[in-house]
Amino acid sequence: MTEAVLETRGIYKSFGALRASQDISLDLLEGEIHAIIGPNGAGKSTLIGQICGTLKPDAGSVQLLGRDVTHDPARLRARAGLGRTFQISSLAMEDTVLQNAVLGALGASGNPWRFFSDALSDKDLRNTAQEALLRVGLEDHATSRTAELSHGQRRQLEVAVALTQKPKVLVMDEPMAGMGSEGSKRLTGFLDGLRREAPILLVEHDMDAVFALADRISVLVYGEVIATGTVDEIRADKAVREAYLGEDA
Amino acid sequence: MIRETYVNALAVAVLLAVPAWAVIADEPFTITLMTRAAIFAVAAIGLNIALGIGGLVSFGHAVFFGLGGYAMGILAHHAQTYTALAEWPILIEGTKSMPVIWLLAVVLSALAALVIGILSLRTSGVYFIMITLAFGQMFFFFAISWAEYGGEDGLSIYVRNGFPGLNTLVPIHFYGLCLTVLFLVLVFAWRLVNSPFGLALNAARQAPIRVETVGLDPVRIKLVAFVISGAITGLAGAMFADLNRFVSPTMFSWQTSGEIMIFIILGGVGRLFGPVVGALVFVALEHWLGGLSDYWHIYLGLLLLLTVLFGRGGLIGMVSGRRAVHD
Amino acid sequence: MSLILLIEQVLNGLQFGIMLFLMAAGLTLIFGVMGLINLAHGSLYMIGAFCAAAVAGLTGSFVLALIAALAGAAIAGALVELVVIRRLYDKDHLDQVLATFALILIFSEGTRWIFGSFPLFLDVPDYLSGPITLPGGIEYPLYRLTLIIVGLLVALGLYLLISKTRLGVQIRAGENDREMIAALGIDIAKLYTIVFALGAALAGLAGALVGAIQSVQVGMGEPVLILAFVVIVIGGIGSIKGALIGAILVGLTDTLGGIFLPEVMKLFFDPSTATSIGSSVASMAIYILMAAILILRPSGLFGARA
Repeated sequence: MTEAVLETRGIYKSFGALRASQDISLDLLEGEIHAIIGPNGAGKSTLIGQICGTLKPDAGSVQLLGRDVTHDPARLRARAGLGRTFQISSLAMEDTVLQNAVLGALGASGNPWRFFSDALSDKDLRNTAQEALLRVGLEDHATSRTAELSHGQRRQLEVAVALTQKPKVLVMDEPMAGMGSEGSKRLTGFLDGLRREAPILLVEHDMDAVFALADRISVLVYGEVIATGTVDEIRADKAVREAYLGEDA
Repeated sequence: MIRETYVNALAVAVLLAVPAWAVIADEPFTITLMTRAAIFAVAAIGLNIALGIGGLVSFGHAVFFGLGGYAMGILAHHAQTYTALAEWPILIEGTKSMPVIWLLAVVLSALAALVIGILSLRTSGVYFIMITLAFGQMFFFFAISWAEYGGEDGLSIYVRNGFPGLNTLVPIHFYGLCLTVLFLVLVFAWRLVNSPFGLALNAARQAPIRVETVGLDPVRIKLVAFVISGAITGLAGAMFADLNRFVSPTMFSWQTSGEIMIFIILGGVGRLFGPVVGALVFVALEHWLGGLSDYWHIYLGLLLLLTVLFGRGGLIGMVSGRRAVHD
Repeated sequence: MSLILLIEQVLNGLQFGIMLFLMAAGLTLIFGVMGLINLAHGSLYMIGAFCAAAVAGLTGSFVLALIAALAGAAIAGALVELVVIRRLYDKDHLDQVLATFALILIFSEGTRWIFGSFPLFLDVPDYLSGPITLPGGIEYPLYRLTLIIVGLLVALGLYLLISKTRLGVQIRAGENDREMIAALGIDIAKLYTIVFALGAALAGLAGALVGAIQSVQVGMGEPVLILAFVVIVIGGIGSIKGALIGAILVGLTDTLGGIFLPEVMKLFFDPSTATSIGSSVASMAIYILMAAILILRPSGLFGARA
């Protein structure tokens, strides 16, 4: 068994009386896609926040590439190789697609303190950005304003920005949300190949995509992981069927 | 609709042609007005870096304007009274040299912006507005109570400071100097907006969480922008004091902060030439409306109100119809 | 420094603080419910003072003057809300700042146009002038004591209004959840106008009350406005309780600082230097206080949102 690249150990998080995370221990192994599913309000976003560093757990720890990053802010986790895409697109909407991708490359370069050179004609930044746009199929939209993109295209751009950082681990929050079936299919194919480059912790509602992609699935209900296993195991799990899949059926 | 480039070119033409006409027609007062506009434009370009690109609604930029002014006032005051500014631990004397004074104004304002920025950027939104406003008041009251340098009455400097190779007493010479500074600052701002730093700052305004996620610190980026912004406005403050040969606590007042903001709004937030157009329009209004009515601030208020309510994008936006890089 | 002087200064600080509270309560209410930052609040303070001075000049009645201040400011507030302010609720803070700054220009110059640049005077009525002897033999101006009592009564009234009445329920709903007000079937536009007018009336009352011990002139509102901002930043924006505590804190710091800091400085410097340094530091004391509180609590003492 390979070593975990990302791991949460006994994470707890409460907001007042609401217990959003209860003793969550998960791991993500090299080369795999680990999907997290669960009904709305199960605490998926809270979990992602804690993994990525925008929220601090009340107890427990987060390990990234064998290092304890529980107390590191989000940007240090990003620098360590953690890429993230958001459920609600969080891009510079007034900027162009290329500018957003260059921003990602700039973050990866670690040096934003350049005041006189032109960002978009910097070869390294531009190449990295264009390569990422090409991979997600947005190369023809480089000069479009992000606000003009369709919902699905924004999702693609989210992925592209994450790719510019050459991440070692990816955390994706509902990348398929709002995409047409054609787009979902294409992204599913893309993520399938991506896992060898960077293992993916995937929060997703689209069950077709989850069942097609996931090596393992964890089911989160009311802040607790009620089951973790392969696709077949989860499909067969009685508790899961009752708590979650049953609702859909 | 006219393209924004043409509006910008028109602004440059006004900056060049009006003073040239004034020299020929022997209208030194017009040159003084244009100098005033050029200096206001520099101050507003400074604020525009924090406000327009960084989204930092600073209601305290009078601090830097005033600090620049007092840097000039204090140094020149000691020079004209032949007294030392400090004798211990090292002897510091006053000076009447513009380059030295301006450099000091920039350094002093940058330091102040660093301290104020570190404290204010702990907050955001309305808190940021109010805190910067309060810092402005803090300096205002300090200047008023600082009797050694004129207190409420301020400081008068009898002869305008000198600049090597120029006779600054000749209005057009001083104007040429201020215009050169304005163009240099414009070029700087233009490079900055398009630089990697500008890209990050722009994104930090729109989506700080995104900047954080790519591994950069949005607060630190905003802080550096605030320091640059303060330094430029401080430079303008020293130039303004040189123009008037006078400094007073009014430079620190909240109305001054508000006026610097007005320049930007009238011209267009976040646009390179917004502050220039805004400052020109403001000085023109001040002159024409002020000549027509003692109560010209009513008209200024109405214009400002209409611009905010109906003319997002300022005058440049209304004329050119093109969206700013951001609005 | 005698105990009597100390008590007198504490009362002065309290009186100043309570008047700031009247301003700050309106500001914080308007921000809490509508999310609006209103620079023109100082103009409403000025309008209250001018209404009072004008009516007192005509009728000689202080009570009528106060009623005029309340009514004048409330009407001005409601009008401004209807014509301008309601267009600003969904705009960003920068637009709100600029538009309300524009309103200051319009109100200030308009008032100057109507009343001229010379200050008006509003006299303390006979039955409230002169000193009163407090327990312990302290003589204190009756009018200032009245201000403290009136201010505390207003604070109590606000508390009752917000915790016990139907309007209060709506205001609290507005602070917590905009969608809820709509769901409750409340006419939001009307609620906003009422809240704005209420805040304006409080500002107008403060202007009239303070106008009797200072002069009534154009520009009188803005220094108070900025102090009220400091108050609500310290107290936490949106919190009435924070506004009360912040106001008293600021009032006491400002008043006591001005008296005691020069004295403290005398321990370190010669008297004339001490006086000048002391008064410089005292004039900045409340801003230093604000900076200190923000370092410890960036959203103020009772602030919920960051």
